[in-house]
Amino acid sequence: MGDPSRPATESVERSLDSTLESVDHAEDLAVGLARRVGFGEEDLMKIGLAVRESMVNAVVHGNRYNTNKKVRFSASMNGGRFTVRVADEGDGFDYAHLPDPLTPENLLRTSGRGIFLIRSFMDDFHARRLEPGGTEVTLVKFAVSK
Amino acid sequence: MSVKLSTRQVGDVSVVDVAGRITLGEGSSALRETLRDMVGKNQKKILLNLGDVSYIDSSGIGELVSGFTSVTNSGGQLKLLNLNKRVKDLLQITKLYTVFDVHDDEAHAIRSFT
Repeated sequence: MGDPSRPATESVERSLDSTLESVDHAEDLAVGLARRVGFGEEDLMKIGLAVRESMVNAVVHGNRYNTNKKVRFSASMNGGRFTVRVADEGDGFDYAHLPDPLTPENLLRTSGRGIFLIRSFMDDFHARRLEPGGTEVTLVKFAVSK
Repeated sequence: MSVKLSTRQVGDVSVVDVAGRITLGEGSSALRETLRDMVGKNQKKILLNLGDVSYIDSSGIGELVSGFTSVTNSGGQLKLLNLNKRVKDLLQITKLYTVFDVHDDEAHAIRSFT
């Protein structure tokens, strides 16, 4: 749980290469900022994993490790609202029609749990298509969980 | 540190001690290769000791599921030992906790293989 008595605005923004090293870097940046603004260990774990899954989607499924494509990452804390945005330059992804990983027929699938974990660990999650191409996801964690 | 896997034999059970991070990339690949190698060697009783796993992501969970399916389909058993809170929470939230046979005590886990 964050400390609502610390409303200060802090932010970090990077343009990252489409590599797994960028996944680690973005997670470190997000968790570092979240720690500085007062989130506890349980929330830090959730934020870290959600950012990792978002970055993996951008690097692997969005940009497909293309060295010519970048991932835009930002994290900010504003008035008790911790917001992370991850944008890729890929062909787009249909977040609205994902199979439910909890149904019996999907339970033993080896993939398809990333978005589910993000939704489970964050207070808000949404995605939008970018023009001319790409997808931006927004993850929100409130300092005092809803 | 990514991941470190070491295998030891306790009776007819192969115990794999896993330490570090099971995440997309080196960590999940190493686990996949170790389990594939064991299945290839016809090892039927595999106990994954996850006590020193510091981090696991959806890719790592996928490797656990893949290993479980692969071992089970080859007529073997794959069980989990010493889940920390983080791994346990993830398996519970993904409803996989009841899919795996999970143990907290190694000797008990070894005896549970049939």
